[in-house]
Amino acid sequence: MYIDFDIMKQSVPCLWVLPEGGTQLENYFPQFFQGGNTMQKRISTIPFTDTPEQHQKLLDLIESLKGRQGAVMPALQGAQEIYGYLPIEVQKEIARGLDVSLEEVYGVSTFYSQFSLTPKGKYNISICLGTACYVKGADKVLDRLIAKLGIHPEECTADGLFSLTACRCIGACGLAPVLTVNEDVYGRLVPEDVDKILAKYTA
Amino acid sequence: MDMVNIKINGMACEVPAGSTILEAAREAGIDIPTLCFLKDINQIGACRMCMVEVKGARSLVAACVYPVNEGMEVFTNTPKVQKSRKMTLELLLSVHDRKCLSCKRSGTCELQKLCNDMGIDDENRFAGAVPAGKKDYSTLHLERDNAKCILCRRCVAACQQQHVAVIGANNRGFDTEIGCAFEQPLSHVACVSCGQCINACPTGALTEKDNTQDVINAINDPDKIVIVQTAPAVRAALGEEFDLPIGTNVEGKMVAALRRLGFDKVFDTDFGADMTIMEEANEFIDRVKNGGKLPIITSCSPGWVKFCEHYYPNLTENLSSCKSPQQMTGALIKTWYAEKEGIDPEKIVSVSIMPCVAKKFEIMRNDEAAAGLPDVDISISTRELARMIKMAHLNFVRLPEEDFDPAMGVSTGAGTIFGATGGVLEAALRTAADVLEGTDHANVEYKEIRGTQGFKEAVYKVAGMDVKVAVVSGLNNANELLSKIEKGEADYHIVEVMCCPGGCVNGGGQPIQPASVRSFTDIKALRAKALYDEDAAKTLRKSHLNPIVHECYEWIGGPPGCHKAHELLHTTYVKRDRF
Repeated sequence: MYIDFDIMKQSVPCLWVLPEGGTQLENYFPQFFQGGNTMQKRISTIPFTDTPEQHQKLLDLIESLKGRQGAVMPALQGAQEIYGYLPIEVQKEIARGLDVSLEEVYGVSTFYSQFSLTPKGKYNISICLGTACYVKGADKVLDRLIAKLGIHPEECTADGLFSLTACRCIGACGLAPVLTVNEDVYGRLVPEDVDKILAKYTA
Repeated sequence: MDMVNIKINGMACEVPAGSTILEAAREAGIDIPTLCFLKDINQIGACRMCMVEVKGARSLVAACVYPVNEGMEVFTNTPKVQKSRKMTLELLLSVHDRKCLSCKRSGTCELQKLCNDMGIDDENRFAGAVPAGKKDYSTLHLERDNAKCILCRRCVAACQQQHVAVIGANNRGFDTEIGCAFEQPLSHVACVSCGQCINACPTGALTEKDNTQDVINAINDPDKIVIVQTAPAVRAALGEEFDLPIGTNVEGKMVAALRRLGFDKVFDTDFGADMTIMEEANEFIDRVKNGGKLPIITSCSPGWVKFCEHYYPNLTENLSSCKSPQQMTGALIKTWYAEKEGIDPEKIVSVSIMPCVAKKFEIMRNDEAAAGLPDVDISISTRELARMIKMAHLNFVRLPEEDFDPAMGVSTGAGTIFGATGGVLEAALRTAADVLEGTDHANVEYKEIRGTQGFKEAVYKVAGMDVKVAVVSGLNNANELLSKIEKGEADYHIVEVMCCPGGCVNGGGQPIQPASVRSFTDIKALRAKALYDEDAAKTLRKSHLNPIVHECYEWIGGPPGCHKAHELLHTTYVKRDRF
């Protein structure tokens, strides 16, 4: 967060009224700091399982990329298509196969937002934290989801039923705040709606 | 060499084509400040400290990576440049743990120096959220405190240069942190404990694990006899901590300081090095005669040994089974010396001063306890010894020159040069040639394997046999060589590997020189010269001529390689995982 506050205060004084506490970044951008960053990767604690077919596919993929420069990215993309996520077991296989360090693979997998280190549940709940949804109280809805499911964004429930992701705008601002469960869209939410929505999928 | 004409701050100068603005300015007497830049290791232009104005350029440019060209006009000290550099420092400080007083790097911190130079206020201009800054105290050799990390990536590059690459940048943006894969502690990954990352760090984010208090406690315990040994490379670098020129040999003052710190006996690891040569030369001759595994690879460097175990577990049989000089000296202190002096080995605290932090790991290895007690109890680095001397307020420069205690203080030039890359092999060749040919060769200098290059090879005729030797230092070079050996593409007889580039003189426990010195001075060559000079000045230059070595083998009651020598002076290795 590299922001020159002096410039900001001078150029748009009426918009940037100093909140109490002075020039504290968290007063300007609370969404980045409350309860941790919702976009940060989490590491799966769910035991990894794979089928012989999946494993063979992964080995074939790595074989096809061997010796190529910049092979880590396509390897991770392909592996995520096979497994849905990128657990340590898969990343180790990639590192060994491409003869790069595991840290290099992990560094790439945590840098790009499209890579996931946790499996997706049968139902992936994606809650929009874009500007419109946020000002309409998406954070409260997210809190309720966290409390009901017992997981944070970028995590999956132990039974594999639900996973949770926080996304940015999905283009349904008119319905803000909005969430999706796989392909189903739910809008104009209040925290209490969460219970009813979850009940539909657990029944 | 092609030259180009440029102007720096209005002064005309002629500089080699292809040099960077940073190098050109240095020639003109201007040290452009840097943080992330470390020549040949990390040249990524990331920190934006070295910004300069170039006439006609759209914005400021990074001097460390921007090449000069004909007619270029550079300005290094304009208000715009100053403002940019100050802002960079202020932003770095806004997320920095500014506990300078208690920081081990206070005084040698590059960030602190720049802030001081630029007149940056301690008060935070940009108070705000600060990343949690993970701390990693999991290993025996170093501590990571990311609250002091400026994300310059110098440690990451140093680790990659060692072909280890177990640390890197994880996550992105505000959450970026240097760490290991899957946020594992460093003790759980294939770190070889070389400590090159510590020497690369510009701040206090990476420091050696400090064991000085353990040493002080032992000294202050009246029931303990504290015996210290010092490795050859320490004397070639310790003086730097007390503002002596790089490459000053301070052996005598170091011994005097150790006595004044309260150590009961001060021994020389060079003696252990002589013992190592006796055992290793014997092992080599034995393998050649009896068809053992060749090439035999030296095992003095614990970082290298751990690398071999992690990355080339199939080649651990090639490693010499000899303990390192540190462990041999320690083993003989608690067995031979204790018996000779009638001391209960339980009462001995064996301390080593090493240029190395991997030694802290080595002392905890299995099969390193000849007397049923650890051969070495505490290992501290050159930097920690300097810290102890400063804590005791000894005026190091004015100390007299003293000699090691005679029991294990007599050593040869062969032991001394262990501290530089190529030294172990040269010492082994001196002894092997004499022993096999039954003569006392006058020429003891094997110049082909001297020098700081990472990869050296030569062929020597010893007793009618062409001995093919290779010397590598730095694990990237070691990796190259090992992969050749593994594939059967190399037919060397003896290989010396040192973990750190340039050998022990450039070890991870040596005094830290800032990038501004490191990038433009061949520190390892200067330190190595101090050792070769000491060797050349000695009358005894071959390990097998050391009278103490003979005394020791009389006590052992057999020749090198006998059963008892194996029990005392040899060790075993394990196979480890790479991931």
